[in-house]
Amino acid sequence: MSNKVKVVVAGITAVAAMVATGVASASTLETVKQRGSVICGVSDGLPGFSMPDERANWTGIDVDTCRAIAAAVFGDPTKIQFRSLNARERFTALQSGEVDVLSRNTTWTLTRDASLGLNFTGVNYYDGQGFMVRASLGVKSPKELDGATVCIQAGTTTELNLADYFRANGMSYDALVFDTSDQTIQGFAANRCDVLTSDISQLAALRSKLDDPSSAVLLEELISKEPLGPVVRQGDDQWFNVVKWTLKAQINAEELGVTSANVDEMKSSENPEVQRLLGTSGDFGQHIGLSADWAYNIVKGVGNYGEMFERNVGPDTPLGLPRGMNNLWNNGGILYAPPIR
Amino acid sequence: MSDGKVNPVLPPPSLSVGVIGWIKKNLFPSWFSGVLTVVLGYFIISSLIPFIDWAILKADFIGESPADCTSEGACWVFIGTRLDFFIYGFYPESEHWRVNVIYLIFGLIIVPQFFSAVSARIKMILGVFGVTVFPALSFVMIYGSETFGLPIVGTSVWGGLTLTLILAYVGIVAAIPIGILLALGRRSDMPLVRALCVVFIEFWRGVPLITILFMASVMLPLFLPDGVTFDRLLRALIGITLFQSAYMAEVIRGGLQAIPKGQYEAAEALGLGYWQGMGLIILPQALKIVIPGIVNTLISLFKDTTLVLVIGLFDLLRAVQATIIDPAWRNVATEGYIFAAFVFWVFCYSMSRYSQMLERKLHTGHKR
Repeated sequence: MSNKVKVVVAGITAVAAMVATGVASASTLETVKQRGSVICGVSDGLPGFSMPDERANWTGIDVDTCRAIAAAVFGDPTKIQFRSLNARERFTALQSGEVDVLSRNTTWTLTRDASLGLNFTGVNYYDGQGFMVRASLGVKSPKELDGATVCIQAGTTTELNLADYFRANGMSYDALVFDTSDQTIQGFAANRCDVLTSDISQLAALRSKLDDPSSAVLLEELISKEPLGPVVRQGDDQWFNVVKWTLKAQINAEELGVTSANVDEMKSSENPEVQRLLGTSGDFGQHIGLSADWAYNIVKGVGNYGEMFERNVGPDTPLGLPRGMNNLWNNGGILYAPPIR
Repeated sequence: MSDGKVNPVLPPPSLSVGVIGWIKKNLFPSWFSGVLTVVLGYFIISSLIPFIDWAILKADFIGESPADCTSEGACWVFIGTRLDFFIYGFYPESEHWRVNVIYLIFGLIIVPQFFSAVSARIKMILGVFGVTVFPALSFVMIYGSETFGLPIVGTSVWGGLTLTLILAYVGIVAAIPIGILLALGRRSDMPLVRALCVVFIEFWRGVPLITILFMASVMLPLFLPDGVTFDRLLRALIGITLFQSAYMAEVIRGGLQAIPKGQYEAAEALGLGYWQGMGLIILPQALKIVIPGIVNTLISLFKDTTLVLVIGLFDLLRAVQATIIDPAWRNVATEGYIFAAFVFWVFCYSMSRYSQMLERKLHTGHKR
């Protein structure tokens, strides 16, 4: 080996070693701070959760969850980059470090939590699988659907839930499988199936695509639990805490009545819980590696959980979803965040 | 009866000339063809009328919101409001002018190639500019550069038609030279070079493009060390280029095989070396023969770029798909897909026309 070659080889080895160790030692939070932005994995287009709007901005509840993380870390919800990921590549993208956090209507299951090297940080939307049925059939419950043809999207847990449900109830069905959710509604509109099944959060949006939306009804009974939430890599507890507490701070803010509109007034509030949340007393941010006003920045930049819900999926949006389960625990729902103290 | 006079030249029967003659000759030459004409004509007209009715007569063109789509026909308003997204993807609005400049230069390079009034020399200069300086210039303009005061715009926000064209252009510009080298290598006398080229071509040609893209986006990151990632667009570009150059190589090899052995021997007899002989005698003839094959591959490359949607890049088709699900609009899937199909058709048809022009112009020695 000539000297020149030796030098080159040594150089490459050194760089490779530096890259490898440099990555291994830096925590996600440090990497994010150094980069100056959070990289967030979102869907490839799902109304209300993550979808490009007319000005080519990402909008949706999953997108706002990401912006809240950026606000917590940088005090600026715009310091964020989005990566559109499809269902197949989402976990790889997170595992390989291509994204810092995955906020892509991902259902929290034991397998995903335990065997993929990932951690679910919480639930930003409690969803469930439901049915849309042609109104003329007069069906009231999924139990009456024996022998029905069902339009369904391929490659999701929806397909497995459907099979489980029909088997458990001793019923038969024909599945009409499509590649995208858009195609399922086209199939339903063309009378190729009697029933369409999907997550309940999407059924209303799909129904609005029918020529006559009142020709289809949504059944109230749900057949599965689909808790959706942000996911991070396993093994970085600091970043796990940041993402987890960002969502908790939004829920706590709603419970305490702190909104993006009144957050500045609330800073002078006498309520010790509000003071702790907004960092006017104590320094709770430093425990998770953030500034004292981290939660103030979240509420100021993105709003509390209720605002985020109303803006993206609530009754005044085209999706028009009721709060239901996604209401606070003291308001008929199941959202409950541990206190900040 | 003969009275010594020459019969006057009569005009042809009125049924065999003019419009009637043309119709009779081309549409109703026999009773069977006549029946076919009537049946096909019925199908064409009966499907065209509702389509024109829907797409033009009853359609809404002007407006800004879903409320402006009041009639029963197509809602082109939707395309209008999303046009920016379809063209630029997530590219920041304040920087759109940079992409526009590149589109303008692209047009200035491409359009003159279609006119015979432009001299061959100018076309040549534009062509060379298009494959050398232009890609570098486009990269600096679209990606940005601190030295020129253009803010960096990461590839993750590139999208729409711009992304489709970038993928196709890089694929085309890179696949042809690589394909030529591979084709020459496969016919080389040197066993190692030949073996390498054969393995390369057969490997890339034996795998579907979608598999390559999927491997590059899902499997590759798992083999890289933690936290080391490289650009997703770059991965797609490399995948598309290598895949298409393998196809290109085989097309060009077909041309090389069609050149008579005498031409090779003549090149050698003139004392030309390998590269001179190839460059001056063999390749110009071989490439001319395979223009239809090359254009075929290029058109399929252009359309194959839509496969990048499996790795989450927002090309034109993906941008359309991501917006037609917007619940604020009624069912606009048909409008979206027709728009995408139309744009693809315009580009593919232009490529096809250009290749036909090129064939006519170069059709010098082999007229039969």
